[in-house]
This record gives sequence, structure tokens and C-alpha cells, in this order.
Amino acid sequence: MMLAFEQLGPRLRLLARRWLRAPALDWPLALALVLLAGIGLVNLYSAGGPDTKVALNQGARFVLGAMLMVLLARVSPQSLRKWTPWLYAGSVFLLLVVAVLGEGRGAHRWLDLKVFRFQPSELSKLTMPMMAAWVLSRGELPPKFSSLAIVGALIAVPAWLIAKQPDLGTALLVVAGGMFAIFLAGMAWWRIGLVLATAAAASPFAWHFMHDYQKKRLFTFLDPAADRLGDGWHIMQSEIAVGSGGLWGKGWQHGTQSALEFLPEHTTDFAFAVFSEEWGLIGVVAVILIYIFIVGRGLMIAATARDTYSRLLAGSISMSFFVYVMVNGGMVAGILPVVGVPMPLISYGGTSVVALLAGFGMLMSIHNHRRPAH
Amino acid sequence: MLEMNLPGSRMQVRNARVEADMFRARAVIGFLLIVICLGTLVSRYVFLQVYRGTEFSETSDKQRISVRSVAPSRGLIYDRNGVLLADNVAAFRLEIVPEAVEGGRKGMEHLLAELGDVVAISTDDVEHFRNARAKKKAFESVPLRLKLSEDEIARFSVNRWRFPGVEVVPYLTRAYPLGPLFAHAIGYVGRIDLNELVKLDPNLYAGATHIGKTGVERWYEDELHGAPGSETVEVGADGRVRRKLDYVSPTPGKNLYLSIDARLQRATEEALGARLGAAVAIDPRNGEVLALVSEPDFDGNLFVNGIAQADYAQLMQDPRKPLLNRAIAGGFIPGSTIKPYAAAAGLELGVRTPSDTVVSTGEYHIPGQARGYRDDFPAGRVDLKLALAWSVNTYFYSLAYEMGIDRFSGFLGKFGFGAKTGIDVAGEAAGVLPSAEWLRATRNQPWYAGYTVNVGFGQGFWVVTPIQLAHALTVVAAKGANRPPHVLRATQAGIGAPVQPVPLPMPGPNVGTHAGTWKAIEEGMWLAVNGPPPSTVSGLGKEFPYAIAGKTGTAERFSRFDETWTSIATSSADRHQVLFECFTPTEDPRIAVVVALEAGHSGASDAAPIARKILDAWLKYDDDAPAPRVAEATQ
Repeated sequence: MMLAFEQLGPRLRLLARRWLRAPALDWPLALALVLLAGIGLVNLYSAGGPDTKVALNQGARFVLGAMLMVLLARVSPQSLRKWTPWLYAGSVFLLLVVAVLGEGRGAHRWLDLKVFRFQPSELSKLTMPMMAAWVLSRGELPPKFSSLAIVGALIAVPAWLIAKQPDLGTALLVVAGGMFAIFLAGMAWWRIGLVLATAAAASPFAWHFMHDYQKKRLFTFLDPAADRLGDGWHIMQSEIAVGSGGLWGKGWQHGTQSALEFLPEHTTDFAFAVFSEEWGLIGVVAVILIYIFIVGRGLMIAATARDTYSRLLAGSISMSFFVYVMVNGGMVAGILPVVGVPMPLISYGGTSVVALLAGFGMLMSIHNHRRPAH
Repeated sequence: MLEMNLPGSRMQVRNARVEADMFRARAVIGFLLIVICLGTLVSRYVFLQVYRGTEFSETSDKQRISVRSVAPSRGLIYDRNGVLLADNVAAFRLEIVPEAVEGGRKGMEHLLAELGDVVAISTDDVEHFRNARAKKKAFESVPLRLKLSEDEIARFSVNRWRFPGVEVVPYLTRAYPLGPLFAHAIGYVGRIDLNELVKLDPNLYAGATHIGKTGVERWYEDELHGAPGSETVEVGADGRVRRKLDYVSPTPGKNLYLSIDARLQRATEEALGARLGAAVAIDPRNGEVLALVSEPDFDGNLFVNGIAQADYAQLMQDPRKPLLNRAIAGGFIPGSTIKPYAAAAGLELGVRTPSDTVVSTGEYHIPGQARGYRDDFPAGRVDLKLALAWSVNTYFYSLAYEMGIDRFSGFLGKFGFGAKTGIDVAGEAAGVLPSAEWLRATRNQPWYAGYTVNVGFGQGFWVVTPIQLAHALTVVAAKGANRPPHVLRATQAGIGAPVQPVPLPMPGPNVGTHAGTWKAIEEGMWLAVNGPPPSTVSGLGKEFPYAIAGKTGTAERFSRFDETWTSIATSSADRHQVLFECFTPTEDPRIAVVVALEAGHSGASDAAPIARKILDAWLKYDDDAPAPRVAEATQ
């Protein structure tokens, strides 16, 4: 180890020493993430029941994600920007590979690299805001129609590929990542209004393109009792879990809904239902406040960023984070349909944790290379 | 404004500042929108957790907490000396969890067929299984075959892997250690059938599989059954039990102590031997039944866990009717055994005094009628005592004729003929006490004087059960006191609990008021046993320490006025129903015995020796103590 260290060039050695001495992180953001990860692990320990492997695995992913975050915090936004088109192209390529070769139960999402398996769509969650920021930062702001059209097309390609897998949740996050960049770039309000109106008008047509299982989910969402033993079961049991938690919760490891397996997917999609049951409204409010803090802190970092690319990237990553919370929290509480979006850092799931923390690594990097205060 | 026109870097700086400002505005708006959205989300949680919290809490509890019944253990049955007659023993049964059986309905059919190769499974078992299964959830275990033999358990264990979802489960089952000896008296329990199911209290019988079918098991079902307990458990979404939350133990059924003495019961059974018939022994002081035997018998254990079709068919088709409890439901023609009661009627109603005499010429004629009524021999002039001792028909022909049927059957009804005695053993029959009214009601026929003469000596229309006759005999022995026969002596709330004596049943109205009545009858019956011939059972009381009073009965099974009498191929030993009734000691009777056989030569030659054997056995077991429960009852 030491030998290898000595063999490094003097410049690299200097760099490595500096890294090790002071990991340049935004401490408020890092502490909030650590707190959230801690809550996530404690909750998974309970939700996993006698199977402590779930919490241990998640812990390992946190460590991996944290390492990636620290690493990315050292990569300058300029380098990120330079690599952006290549990364984006690479992620789209991988999506195409998955479309042809992928595997996974029900949906083709996974790419088996023998050493580890990962979902290229998770990579798109990062490359999408990067690419949107890259395109938008090259032109004038507020963006002109031409650049909006380009970004729109760049969003549509991976979103389409992911939606076809089918993974509506991730597609939604990818679209959100691009859209938030456009929003923050200052897209004219009338144009935003026009897009929203078009989307609303087009939604009946979207129905036509939906898979049967997606249609069924939507029906079930509208009337869970109609499918009491099937998908409606998820929604009803999740509501029971949340509701029975009450104000103060049933207490850690005293939740019955997951322990007795009434609640399906209680470590992944519905992990937050377990949390709500055991910690009650008090716990829910506390966690939501942490999420708001993280989003707010991320936007503050964005506001102090050195250049447009960094600003848009940081802002988009922060706001996308909210989408996770909203979609998962809404699903758990029965006000949004069941789509596979995890509760960030609380739901079990390796790729998602690593991708999230990698995103925050870029935020840290932008913070490290912020505009000097006047 | 001016700067707008400047080229190069200044313009970029300007744009950068505008962009940054715009970004900040957008970020603030975005952040506010996010806070509003998440606020909405939180309000949904407030709605679920606070506003509807209690409701969801209840829903959550309701779906995870399940209350199940725990069947009580059935009360045990002992004889008067604490000999165990009905026990609960550990056994093993085969149970199936339908959910765990692969392949749905077809898979179940296949499984049952395959299982049939390993353990014997009857169509009855399958039917019970189907019925029980319909009422249970798919994950609940349903019994298929009860009481597996050791061989079957071993064979199943080897083949276990072939039958997912099938298990061998221990349980308590009823067992009758003395087998056939008490099959009629105690009866047996069996699986609850559909007809019973609809009548039972579902709360009391929750989790129960068996119920008393006959005898004491049936009569005291409520006492023996007990009350179920409950088990509160936490179940998972799959319905399986994860944890016990609460347990209320069931109240076991009461243990019963019967008045029957198993030793006397055994001796009675042996005395009857292979004869078809019944014998009943009662303590006249209190009505306690000491022995209640019906032959042939069967093994009650066969019925507990579902009788095999072949066994059942054999019992049903057996012409000797082993399932019939002749002691309480066997219909016998009483013949001359009726005479003591007819005598009591004559004395009490003032038709005769003990010293009044009647001349027997060997044939009796109703005044003005040509038809003759037979006597066994021309006894000459006899009083009541001799009429009973020699069983002189003519005396009783004339007595009944003079009394008239209405007064005759009216008085004999007081002894309990023609009605159930109310003995606490299920399955009793009422018999027939002939009367003009009865004949009109059942056959719509008028009554003739000739009927009265016939009925007067225990023939024609009469049907009595051995328990009825024994009860009437105790009335004579107890000098008119009417103590209903019964078998339950004491109960016990559980093993180790104090044994609580059961009060005597309410006595019936006393029969007769004249002290002389019983003395005259007793003397006649004593003479029948102890006098020289032609006393009917002369010599029966030889070498017995107490004086015995008795009366025979030899009833004609076949009418001698039609073809049957002459055409029957059977010997005279099969022509009659033969009976004997007796009690001892005459001065203060402690036992009354009735023996009734379906076929025999005569009451004296066939039934009386059996009664003597029963009395001999009783001597060994009689403790000569005053009846303990007489005092209790008068308290």
C-alpha cells in the first residue's frame, strides 16, 4: 500500500494528500444526508424483520455511494461539463443495449456486467440534467425556442427508452431532471403554460400508449377496493399502515403491517409506510423537513454556483430530489398511483442510492467551486 | 442601457448577472412550489394518521388479531367405585392444510387417492373432510383420518415427502377401557354430523369434533362437553399464527360418577352369557341402577373415530340386533311378571282382600262365554299368596275381569308402565300399557272383555322394557315409594375437584296406601322362591343368606290360535319370552333384579338362575351399608 503510494508521481501524491486531509464537502448538506441515511438504515432494520441482511446491504451501498460522492466532489464542474455529451451519449447507448439484451423480472431494466448488475436508467437520472444544463448553458438565457426544442428532443429519447422498459417512475424522474433545468433557465411563463396545457390535452392519448398493467394500476389507484386482493391490496394496506401509526407511531420494531406481511414491498417501494407506522406523524414531519432542507440547501448551492452550467445542474438535481419524495410519499399515502419510485435514502435499493449520492457529489463539487463571496 | 451595445466581455458579464438573478427568482419560486407540494403531502398524512388514525388502527388490529376456540376436554365417566369407564387418550390423526396441496382441486383428488394407498381412508372420511373443509380457510388444517394405527403412522412417515400439506397431529380421543361391557349403558361419542351441527350452539361447540350419540354420553352431553376456551393470536397476512396474545383455557366437561358397579355389571354380563336379552339391577332404596346390561353388545370404541363401513354393516345386518339397548328399549311381553302389580291394584282398589280365594279348574270362562282361558294346572282354591307363588292364571283372569280394564290399566299406570321411566340413559322406549283408550287411539278398535282377561296375566298388547319392570319392582320392594331409576350419582368439576353428590331425582307419587298390600304381595313372591313345588321357582333361594322374593314370567311369543304355533320349527326353548323379577332381602330390600330373555323355555328355568347368579355376585360387592343417598335426599 505504502509502496504503491510512493510510486505515484509527486503531483498526484500532493493531490491525494490534500483529498485525504480535507474532504471538501458542504457540511450542512452532508450531515442532512447522513442523518437521512441513518434513519433509512434504522427503518430498514425494522422493516426487514429478522433479515438483517437488508439493512447491512443498504449500509454497504451507502458506503459505496458516499465514496462516489466524495470522489465526485473533487471533480471540477468544468470537467463534468466537458464530459457531459459523452456521458449522455453513453447512457443512451446503454439504454439501447438494455432494450436489446436487458434482463429483469417483468421489465427489461438490468444490465448484467458479471461483476455487478446495474440499471442504465439510473445513470440517465444523472446524465439528463447534465445534458440539459450543457445545452442550455451554451445559448442565451432565457432559452430560445430552438434550444428548448433540442433539450426537448434530448429528454424524449432516454425517457421513451425507459418508459418502454417499462419503468414509468424512472422515466418520470428523467423527464423531471430535464424540465427543471429548463424551468430554472428561465423558460418563459407562457411557454410553460402552453406545455402544461398541451400535456393535459394529450393525456387521453397517452392512455392509448399505456401498457395494460399501467392502465390497471391507474384504475386500482382510483378505486383500491375494487381490486382488494390484487394491486388494491398494496394501496389499502399501505394506507392502513400509515393511518394506524397515528400521531406518535407504534414504536420502532412494533409495526405490525410489515412484520406480519400485510404490507408488500415493505423494504423497497413501501419502506416509508413502515416508517410512518412506527414513527407516526411526528416522524413523517421530521423526515419531510429534512427533505425540504436538502432541497433548499441544494438550491442555495446552485444560486452561488460559478457558472450557468453548474447552476442549472445543481438546481435540477435538487429539485428532482423533491420528485422522489413527492411521488413515493404520495403513493404510500394513497394519493398517487403506484409507480416504482423509491423514497430517497429510505427505500432499499442499491443503484438508486449510489446514483442519488453521486448526484449530491456533483452538488458538493459545485459548492467547492462556487463563486467567491463578494 | 448603454452597456447593451457594448460588445464582448461586458455583455457576457451583464448576461451572467441577469441570468443569475433570474435563476435565483426561479429557484425561489421552485422552492416555494416544492414546499407547497410537500405541505399538501403532509396534510394527507395528517388526514390518515390523525383524523382517521383510530379507524385505521382498528382495521390494522382486526386483520392481525384472530380469536380461535379451544375445544374443552370431555368429562370422564367412572363407576360408583371410581373405575374408569370413559377416558380421553392421546391418539394421532391425519390432517391436511388444503392451501399447501399443489394443483388445486385436481391436486387434492390426486392426493387423496395417493394417500389411500398408504393409510386406509373411507368414503365417510372423505365426506367428513369435505364438509369440514368448506367451513375453514385454506390455510387451516382439516382432519382427514382419525386414530391412525402405529403401522399407518410408520408407513406415512416413510412416504411423507410425497404428501406436502399432510401432517400427523396428536389429539385426545374418547376411549372405553371396558369396551363392550358398557357399550349400551354409557353409549359412545361420534363425529358431529350435519344434522347435529345445525342444532348445536355454535359458541359452545366451536372447535368441537365429537358429540355424545347414545346412552349416558348422549344424556349428559351438556355436562360432559364443557365450555370452549379461546386463544387470541396474531396472524400474518397469510393467515398463519405468528404469536399467542392471550389464552383463556377451556372449562373441561364434568366428570360423572355413575351408580353402576362395574363388577356387578361384569357379573351380570357373564350371567346372561350368549342369551339375547337384558338384565337390570336397581337399589330400591334410592333408585340407583347397579347394573344395566343388554346382550348382545358391541365395542363402543369402534364408533368414536368413524366406524369402518364393514364393521357398521355387520352390526346393522346382524339379526340379533346388537345395537339395540334391550335394557331400556327392548320390548318384552311381561307375562306373569305383571301379577304382583295386578295384585296390588286388586288390593288397593278393594276388589280383593289377601284372604279372598278363587278356584282354579285349569280353565277360566268369562261368565256367559264359551271360550276358555288356560291355566297351567288345576290349582284348586287359592288365595293371593298361593296365586302369586304358583302363578295361578285363573286368579288374575277373574281379578282383571272384575276390576275392568279402565281401573286395571289406570292403577298399573302408577307403576310407570306405558311411559318412559326417565332414566338418564338416552334411547329409552315407552312400551305399551294396554287400555281401551290406547286401543282406540292406536288401532281404532273397540275393547272386548276377553282382552281384559288376557291383559290381566301379562299377555295381549303388553310391551314393557326391562327398566320399566325393574322400576315397578322397586316400588313393590320399597312398599309403594316411587324412586325413579337413574345412573348418575355424583359429578366432579375436574380431576382433583371435590366429588359433588347429585340430588336424587324427584320421587313419583307413592303407589298404594294400605300397609297390608305390600306385605301380602311380598309373602306371595317369597313363597314363589321359597315354597315347595308347585311354587314356581322353588329352591332358587337355597343357601342365600337373605330371603328372596321373586316372580317369573313366561310369555308366548307366538299365538297358539294360528298356524305359527304348530308350524314353528324351533324347539319349545325358543317359543317364549322369559322373565324373572326378584328383590332381596325381603325385610329391607337393597337390590331388585329383572332378567328378560327374548327366547327361552320358561322364566323359572332360564331367567331365574341368571338372576340368582347376579344376586350371588352382588353379595360379594354389597357392603351392607345403609343407602348413603337416601339421607341426602331427605335433607
